[in-house]
Amino acid sequence: MSPEQIRQALLNILTRIVPDEDLSQLKDDLPFREQMELDSMDFLDIVMELRKQYRVQIPEEDYPHLATMGGAVTYLTPRMKDIQA
Amino acid sequence: MYDTIIIGAGLSGLAAGIRLAHYGQKVCILERHYTIGGLNSFYRMHGRDFDVGLHAVTNFTPKGTRRGPLATVLKRLQIEWDEFQLAPQVGSSVAFPGVKLRFTNDFKLLESEVARAFPTQIDGFRQLVAQLADYDQIDQAGYEGSAREVVSRFISDPLLVEMLFCPLMWYGNAREHDMDYGQFCIMFRSVFMEGFSRPFDGIRLILKILVKKFKASGGELRLRSGVQRIETDASRVQRIVLDNGDVVEGKNVLSSAGSFETLRMVNPPVSQTTVGEPGRLSFIETLSVLDRQPRDLGHDETIVFFNDHDKFEWCRPEDDLCDLRTGVICSPNNYAYRNNDGTPRDLEEGVMRITLLANHPRWVALSDEEYKDEKERWYQATLESATRFTPDFRPHVVATDMFTPRTIERFTWHTNGTVYGAPKKRLDGRTPYENLYLCGTDQGYVGIIGSMISGISLATHLLRP
Ligand SMILES: Cc1cc2nc3c(=O)[nH]c(=O)nc-3n(C[C@H](O)[C@H](O)[C@H](O)COP(=O)(O)OP(=O)(O)OC[C@H]3O[C@@H](n4cnc5c(N)ncnc54)[C@H](O)[C@@H]3O)c2cc1C
Repeated sequence: MSPEQIRQALLNILTRIVPDEDLSQLKDDLPFREQMELDSMDFLDIVMELRKQYRVQIPEEDYPHLATMGGAVTYLTPRMKDIQA
Repeated sequence: MYDTIIIGAGLSGLAAGIRLAHYGQKVCILERHYTIGGLNSFYRMHGRDFDVGLHAVTNFTPKGTRRGPLATVLKRLQIEWDEFQLAPQVGSSVAFPGVKLRFTNDFKLLESEVARAFPTQIDGFRQLVAQLADYDQIDQAGYEGSAREVVSRFISDPLLVEMLFCPLMWYGNAREHDMDYGQFCIMFRSVFMEGFSRPFDGIRLILKILVKKFKASGGELRLRSGVQRIETDASRVQRIVLDNGDVVEGKNVLSSAGSFETLRMVNPPVSQTTVGEPGRLSFIETLSVLDRQPRDLGHDETIVFFNDHDKFEWCRPEDDLCDLRTGVICSPNNYAYRNNDGTPRDLEEGVMRITLLANHPRWVALSDEEYKDEKERWYQATLESATRFTPDFRPHVVATDMFTPRTIERFTWHTNGTVYGAPKKRLDGRTPYENLYLCGTDQGYVGIIGSMISGISLATHLLRP
């Protein structure tokens, strides 16, 4: 998957987890939590959706990489590059 | 080998199962009954549908609300708000001799009722509400303190204290006389600040959504599969033995059977202090089907919590089979149901449900003959007591049913026929065995929404890497 496809995959997951949020204005360099209401269970669900849908395992110590959309895409790109979109 | 074995297909077990299966675990729910739902199941009798335990889905918040237990349940189980088809209540009350406090899903009404009936207490009431808002439902610090002590710090009129406790104890207190402070906060919010609702089709709608989701996520549900024994070594569950002798193995076991009931199944047996005490509170419930809507008899309230003297006594009735002095009267008709086009919709028939406190040992000691007679006698006595607080609907009853502590124990296997479980809660769901967890009632969350929250939080714990 390309970075753009990974970004879209994350957006799809977010749409399911926080269906009431308007994601069209999401800024890649600002923390998710500053742009929407996201609690720790939401966050865990994002990690688990990634594991379920794309079989990417993200160890707990790497969670800080997922704080922003930009950071998440950078972090996931090498880990998801071999996945067929 | 399963990742997680869940004991019980009630609301907590199903909610936990959905989450675990959705996130890839191999999950099996073992249920002793031939149907799902546990304490909140449904049945059909003489051509009519009945709910076992649904008066009100508490914690009601309107569509679009992002916080609170209902929103959490929907989000975590990936269910849309509309799917539960929740209709809000019309209006409820707490009725004591000579004074009545009405409340709806708009908290302002209760506030104004307190100001009207107890003008000297309203400031204290507001301060109490502010204090409750600070209670943290996640970290649960201070859960076990005495709620009576806290409330009486803010409210000096003992009658108002009793009137506030009455509905909250009725809808979720396993302890006699007093209530854990944490439980009081949770119940205060869920009953007074959020509110009551009901799906037109009753609990079956919610249960069907849950079981469908569970199966669609790959979960396995085995009915008529009671757990007989939980075989352990010093620190871990090794295997589960079913009533029919079959053996099932799982990495983790999550039980919604109750803490006493679960630990008693452990083999080799654990000490009495580890097993703990079962709860003592049980109920009878009468159901009366009417030939018209309750409002056509002048009764338009959703739930009435009544108490016929100034002190509210929340304990097992020791001297008789039931306690006629306090009870809950529910009319499932009195919700604001709507058709798809927005026009009002009525349940086909009128129904009045009444709950009383009951003494389980006395009910089970009766012979079959006596049991039949006592049911009849207490049905009549219950209606006589309740109709002091409602119009007399007795001439309009066309069908009846009733259940007792004996029925509850027989179909849910909760010791003593308890509905709210053991008085001592295990908030983290842990047991002396590292892979045996508790969810549901005895983890501290009761009610329909509460038990689902419990299942969700334990499943989340089991999913952590
Ligand atoms: C009369 C009545 C009215 C109520 N009214 C309301 C209401 O209006 N609003 C509300 O929110 N709540 C209400 N409740 C409470 C609510 O129903 C319960 O809090 C909730 O259903 C508890 O769910 P649970 O999953 O924790 O437990 P349960 O529903 O008890 O689930 C446990 C399951 O485990 C099964 N089981 C037990 N032992 C074994 C075993 N050894 N092997 C296999 N399976 C086993 C049982 O059969 C059961 O299905 C009411 C309850 C009653 C009885």
